[in-house]
Amino acid sequence: MIHSDLLQIKAKELAGRKKITLRCCMAAGCMSSGAQDIKQQLEQAVAAAGLQDTVEVRRVGCMKLCCEGPLVQADPPNALYVRVTPETAPSLIAALQGGRTEVAQTDPEAAFFKRQLFIVLANSGVIDPERIECYIAADGYQALHEVLHEMAPKDVVAAMVQSGLRGRGGAGFPTGLKWGTVAKSPGAKKYVICNADEGDPGAFMDRSVLESDPHSVLEGMAIAAYAVGADQGFIYVRAEYPLAISRLQIAIRQAKQMGLLGAGIFESPFHFNVDLRIGAGAFVCGEETALMASVEGKRGAPRPRPPFPAESGLWGFPTLINNVETFANVPPIYRRGAEWFAGIGTEKSKGTKVFALAGKIKNTGLIEVPMGTPLRVIVEEMGGGAPNGGQIKAVQTGGPSGGCIPARHLDTPVDYESLGKLGSIMGSGGMIVMDNDTNMVEIARFFMEFCMDESCGKCIPCRAGTAQMHHLLDKIIRRQAAASDLAKLEELCDMVKSTSLCGLGQTAPNPTLSTLRFFRHEYEALLLAQAGGPSGHGDLNPPPAAAAT
Amino acid sequence: MVATMARKKQGRLRAALEHASGDNRFKILEVQMKKHQFRQDALIEVLHKAQELFGCLEDDLLLFVASKLKLPPSRVYGVATFYHFFTLKPQGRHTCVVCMGTACYVKGADKILAAVEEETKIKPGETTPDNRVSLLTARCIGACGIAPAVVYDGRVTARQTAGAALDQIRNWGAK
Repeated sequence: MIHSDLLQIKAKELAGRKKITLRCCMAAGCMSSGAQDIKQQLEQAVAAAGLQDTVEVRRVGCMKLCCEGPLVQADPPNALYVRVTPETAPSLIAALQGGRTEVAQTDPEAAFFKRQLFIVLANSGVIDPERIECYIAADGYQALHEVLHEMAPKDVVAAMVQSGLRGRGGAGFPTGLKWGTVAKSPGAKKYVICNADEGDPGAFMDRSVLESDPHSVLEGMAIAAYAVGADQGFIYVRAEYPLAISRLQIAIRQAKQMGLLGAGIFESPFHFNVDLRIGAGAFVCGEETALMASVEGKRGAPRPRPPFPAESGLWGFPTLINNVETFANVPPIYRRGAEWFAGIGTEKSKGTKVFALAGKIKNTGLIEVPMGTPLRVIVEEMGGGAPNGGQIKAVQTGGPSGGCIPARHLDTPVDYESLGKLGSIMGSGGMIVMDNDTNMVEIARFFMEFCMDESCGKCIPCRAGTAQMHHLLDKIIRRQAAASDLAKLEELCDMVKSTSLCGLGQTAPNPTLSTLRFFRHEYEALLLAQAGGPSGHGDLNPPPAAAAT
Repeated sequence: MVATMARKKQGRLRAALEHASGDNRFKILEVQMKKHQFRQDALIEVLHKAQELFGCLEDDLLLFVASKLKLPPSRVYGVATFYHFFTLKPQGRHTCVVCMGTACYVKGADKILAAVEEETKIKPGETTPDNRVSLLTARCIGACGIAPAVVYDGRVTARQTAGAALDQIRNWGAK
């Protein structure tokens, strides 16, 4: 494979395009509502109408507006059909020929779409994720070619630093700095790992990216591997995402066949292989040292840092770990230039962020917005507010490690620092909207139960602390707690936060702390009337039959 | 004492291997291990395959894997019990997985789960005594856009209600 081969594939693919494209969303959400049947019905209807030469029925990835799925887009005339069923699908072909269809449409120019800026999701819902030719036709692998032939590894790192990209897994560590550290670390072998262990409940950005545009992640990993001097990559993906796994397997096979992975990529001396590692359901494996233990086939228990993975990671070798979305940002940065990327977003948070918008909101789905977009724009304009006339009470970001931002702070811009100031975190991109029906203490207990179950048990503050905090929250909800219990809860939050070994424990108190900060009255309303109460120091058992009315 | 323990363990291993020789699924599993060159770091991949073949990971199976990968049984058992995806108990004929991710939770997954628990008289992780239904919960299946979601026998179903879930489970009962 040389550059002209790439251009040839692109030209052939574009020349073969038919006049009309019918894009069928075949990401996991729409697949669960019969997208496979819909595509089949459309293909049959196209054949029956004798339109095989003018209409292409294409499988595509996520078309973002998940709540209205299954989605089908006819282009031209750029009509977005919603809630299509296998029965109504054939009428879409009739509509193309000037007939009528009963299928409802949504406005592709609505705020939900218009306010988005696509970098990571540019190909999502447009290309066929199971055909590498389709990715190449969208300028795929051009960046890798340019990097391998025009840039030295240190220039690749420098460009990444200049772009200002920060890790999209949640913590926001500067990607260029991480790449530079791994590149400088001496090691006979180096590894690149893609963290696709999207454990945050309520988040599905990484799943969507992998299902919609797996090659962008592979290309990003290859560029990163060249920059740091690695020759082996792993993608650690959750077993709960079977469709993402199968599309990744197809993508890796196709890239290998074309010589875009493996030995001597683009006839350069650069070698790079990627293997999949399937997770087995452990939230803690999203933590990098636990993830590496899992890749090595061990229990996913974290270890103290330093040494950081950049110095001593997988099997003791320098290892670069980035999130799916971070890698998906890489090819566009090299294709369009670091300055272009640095021009998007805010001063300290560059580029865009993909969010999975869900919960009590009209439009649920996948959105990609420039950093610095106010939460209000996302929730009210794009999301359309709470359904059924409800009122938005809070927005939860960062999952079990994040916090709840109350409605009065909706004008906060979405960037790493602003969310941090409110006691939440950017997180990987789960954004759950809650309305007035949602009890915030129950939400705190929900997340604490999650962390309690997911604690690996290695360090005591997390193992015992989460259980005790859960017990106290439960006691408050059962109206058996006194003010002293609330004080003890806060004390425990502080202790677990500052003494746990890894990120899971250090952030486990966050949902409780943030709900305490903004919704303290909900906690206090549940406390027993007499202050002090029967609960003495160290008493963690519920008092017998206390005010169980 | 130590000697007897070792002998006892060897006896168990021999029994497990003997048991394995008569079952074709063990051969398939061994082919899978060979594909990974019997590398010890492939343990999780091997256990995934084992669970896919056998439905659950019983002691004999874990001993078999341990001996083939030359790993101590404790390590294999430790990994099998650490990860939620692996199950050491056989599942019922049907499985009902209620997603308890945050989006599903705020949209009433807890009510669906409570209704199913009430109907089947079992808790998550358990199987009905007649071996008909296993009830499970998931941390998040990533189908938040169509919450609340329930997975019936591996099929993700969107926008569920307690009533719809009960219909499905009663439907299984009829069969």
